[in-house]
Amino acid sequence: MHTGASKYIGLLYVTPALAFVLVFTAYPLGQMVWMSLHNWSLIAPKKYVGAGNFIKAWNDPQFWTSLEFTLKYTALITPILMISGYLIALLTAENRPLRQITRSIVFAPVVIGLGASSLLWYWLFSYDFGLINRVLIDVGVIAKPIVWFGADADRSMWAVVVSIVWKVLGFGTILFVAAIHAVPGEIGEAAMVDGASYWQRVRLITLPLTAKTILLVTLVSVIGSLLAFDQFYIMTAGQPRNLTSTSVFLIYLNSFPYRKLGYGAALSLILAGVILVCTVLQMLTSRRSHA
Amino acid sequence: MSASSGTALASAFPQRTPQTGFASRLVQGRQKYLISAVCVALSTVMLLPLVASVLASLKSTQEAAAVPPTYFPHSLSIDSYERLWNYQAGLPTYFSNSLGAALLTILFCLALTVPAGYGLAKFRIPGKEALFVVLLLGLIVPYQALLTPMFFFFVQLNLHNSLLGLAIIHTAIQLPFSIYVMRNAFEAVPRELEEAAIMDGCNSFEVLLHICLPAVVPAMITVSLFAFITSWNELLAALVIMNKDSSFTLPLILTAARQQTSIGGTDWGMLQAGITISIIPCMAFYLLLQKYYMAGFLSGAVK
Repeated sequence: MHTGASKYIGLLYVTPALAFVLVFTAYPLGQMVWMSLHNWSLIAPKKYVGAGNFIKAWNDPQFWTSLEFTLKYTALITPILMISGYLIALLTAENRPLRQITRSIVFAPVVIGLGASSLLWYWLFSYDFGLINRVLIDVGVIAKPIVWFGADADRSMWAVVVSIVWKVLGFGTILFVAAIHAVPGEIGEAAMVDGASYWQRVRLITLPLTAKTILLVTLVSVIGSLLAFDQFYIMTAGQPRNLTSTSVFLIYLNSFPYRKLGYGAALSLILAGVILVCTVLQMLTSRRSHA
Repeated sequence: MSASSGTALASAFPQRTPQTGFASRLVQGRQKYLISAVCVALSTVMLLPLVASVLASLKSTQEAAAVPPTYFPHSLSIDSYERLWNYQAGLPTYFSNSLGAALLTILFCLALTVPAGYGLAKFRIPGKEALFVVLLLGLIVPYQALLTPMFFFFVQLNLHNSLLGLAIIHTAIQLPFSIYVMRNAFEAVPRELEEAAIMDGCNSFEVLLHICLPAVVPAMITVSLFAFITSWNELLAALVIMNKDSSFTLPLILTAARQQTSIGGTDWGMLQAGITISIIPCMAFYLLLQKYYMAGFLSGAVK
């Protein structure tokens, strides 16, 4: 549209945002690489250690425990979220009042804070004061209250999984509903005339035509789970014995309470590398969807 | 997901064509009831935790600490809210800290991304593709990984323990999404309008102000809404840079209150009151601005 000197005018409009990103994202990124090569704390003078922090991570059992736990959590919660999210999307896709209301209600926990929802579920799962133990005792599933958090790592994780499924189920559901709506109606009608049952139509038409959305939502969900922090910080506090400390939790512990900023930066860089792989996959998928 | 918008939700899903035969009609009738029953059950399960929390916040002090807990409050009381009001530096302090950080985040997001969206959408800029990637850097590097250097940087700049510093981090989190939404909104403004204004002698800033800005108000609402929700709910960055009790945000003080087990254990009633208070603005904005929420969500959530 604008000609001549306008390319510099355009740049002028972008400059404030560009400057912000350079100062508050790019610079810290560079700083992180620099810090990861040093023994760095706020008190003692920094010392160059080369790859020392990365070797330290390799030999740190807690690093592997946290990574393994984060991957396990991600591997467990992702299929639950995707499958139940898709089933609820199929259930509520038709625009009828009850289904639209159900959709809105399923989505509601997505807008509240992860901190607030984690505190809420921390209370619900509480040993003495929680309603979940009360309900389970009243219906006769258990005789004595269960210690949900802090005693057993797996039990703690399942309790967190329940709370997060409640919190983010609607995220996938709404995106799946939008994708199902984008499937041309004629294809389904033609299949119906040919005598295809509902589940045949889902399997042969809806699923393949929404596959791209499923893949994208899966990747977004995986990235979110790999970066899990709030729910574990609040509900398990990493207990028992730091077995439920996620990767971000470990970075937090090392950088802040322990003040080992160099080691924290090295752990951050490793995490950023893992996330980068997921993000690149996500961008390739969404780019292909434009073609 | 490229063409999806808020309207996608409202678009009619292909209705079933009626099948013939009594048996299939009977099956369909049964299915309809089954689907309705599942919908009601699902909605109930999803709402129960929220209802339980609100009810628990209205229990009396003694009842909130009862073992085992009661399902419904025997009598309604605002004791828990009163204790929250006076907790440590007081609810007004924490509430206004959260609100202040959220408002600053909205302000920064709009001030940075409205011009940036305009520049990216309406001008030929050398190396635009590369520029766009740099602007979306925050998508590639998660902010959780950047907090360690950010903290050190903010200590040097004396931005730790300040709402300004927190709002800067929250803006950095929201910037890629906001730029994306604003650029798309400006791209959708018809060129004819601008060309007519340029013929009349308007410069590019006047075009932005008088022609484009009114057309992108919905996108600005979307950007503000998401900035608010992100900032209002964010915990980790606040935990890292705010270490003075009086500069805590709402999620931070509630998390701290959970841990306070020294004197008589956790005050569960007060905690539920705090959860209720922190959920209300999010729910209110979601219900009031659902159209803008869905528009932003569907266009930007998975990009």
